[in-house]
Amino acid sequence: MTQTIGPDDLAQLIACPNCDELYQARLPDEGERAVCHRCHTVLIQTRETAGRRVLALSIAVMILVIAAAFFPFLEISAAGIGNRVSLLDVATSFRSGTLVLVSVASVMLIVLVPLIRTVLLIYVIGPIELHRPPARYAKRAFHLAQELKPWAMTEVFSIGCAVALVKVSDLARLHFGPAFWMFAALSIFVLINDRYLCTWSIWNAIEDTQ
Amino acid sequence: MTTARQAGLVACRACARVWPMGHETCDRCGSRLRSREGKSLQRVMAWWVVGMICYIPANLYPMLVTETLVASSRSTIVGGAIEIAHHGEVLIAAIVLIASVLIPVGKFAAIAYLAITVSRGSRNTPLRRQHIYEIVEFIGRWSMIDVFVVAILSALVQLSVVASIHPGPAALTFALSVIFTMLSAKSFDTRLIWDTPTEQGPVHP
Repeated sequence: MTQTIGPDDLAQLIACPNCDELYQARLPDEGERAVCHRCHTVLIQTRETAGRRVLALSIAVMILVIAAAFFPFLEISAAGIGNRVSLLDVATSFRSGTLVLVSVASVMLIVLVPLIRTVLLIYVIGPIELHRPPARYAKRAFHLAQELKPWAMTEVFSIGCAVALVKVSDLARLHFGPAFWMFAALSIFVLINDRYLCTWSIWNAIEDTQ
Repeated sequence: MTTARQAGLVACRACARVWPMGHETCDRCGSRLRSREGKSLQRVMAWWVVGMICYIPANLYPMLVTETLVASSRSTIVGGAIEIAHHGEVLIAAIVLIASVLIPVGKFAAIAYLAITVSRGSRNTPLRRQHIYEIVEFIGRWSMIDVFVVAILSALVQLSVVASIHPGPAALTFALSVIFTMLSAKSFDTRLIWDTPTEQGPVHP
């Protein structure tokens, strides 16, 4: 361990962020997880390949989010008139005053937040995986990525599409567009990504290489 | 079994590193260090109240205004779900009801319960209360389904005079209610669940 303020052995300790229980940090065996005895929070999980997988998945998510924003996710047809919308259309479809906020907030939670989050993760994990010194502002970037986690709602949106499809089934015929399937894939990628992401290891890597 | 506080240390909630008590920012990740969030419960209850205030009009006003050639109809959250059920799509109706009624109401109750039992104590074990918190945190975002449906439909269903759909005022207040309750849950310092009553002396910064 490099220079740290205070006694060196503090760096060897780890406290559960959810219940404050103190442990000696010991790397679990490959593929295993270190779990807090008291509240069962996962403290450390190590996988040799985790970093690379998170990086690869994040890049995939980034590309899919950008593409999915432009393609239509639902198509409608009734009485010879049709319409198809992409998320970009949702964002720009403000017609009714204050309810602009509803469409803007939706697009932020569905596209913008997940996009920012994956870009930040790539920015932080990329240099670590390439064994380079951490990027500038890596700490702030990773903090922000963790803060944004609950606000990225791609999977909620996928279910929303299915509900919308049924809700207007008596008005018109609806079909899923290509972006819907992208969002379905995205939701699964994000889920796997969060399972592999070990916060402790990343903070450790940022500290070690400083 | 000792906690960081009992050992005279303060833990960083973001990166799990520990520092001597009195240390103010984590040198590893830069977050502010607090042994316990002193004003955690006040913040939880403040967001909770604002969320509740937004949730009431969300149920009274229409969520969706549908205009067709022959008629114009307004539906509230519950009304919309009942309509879907009438079409025979019971599963989808159940999803809407669970996401926009059961989850928000359950969340309000669960957060209040957790906040009250921190000071009053509870017959439930801390582990069970921690699980309740995790469920609340995980499930909160799913309430946004109905808001997304409204946003999708009002952009999609614009078929000139044949049919058009507009969001009602409830869409906004419901979205705000979900956001405020998510902030309420986020403000809760779960370490308070695990403190035994004797530990809850003066709160150190």
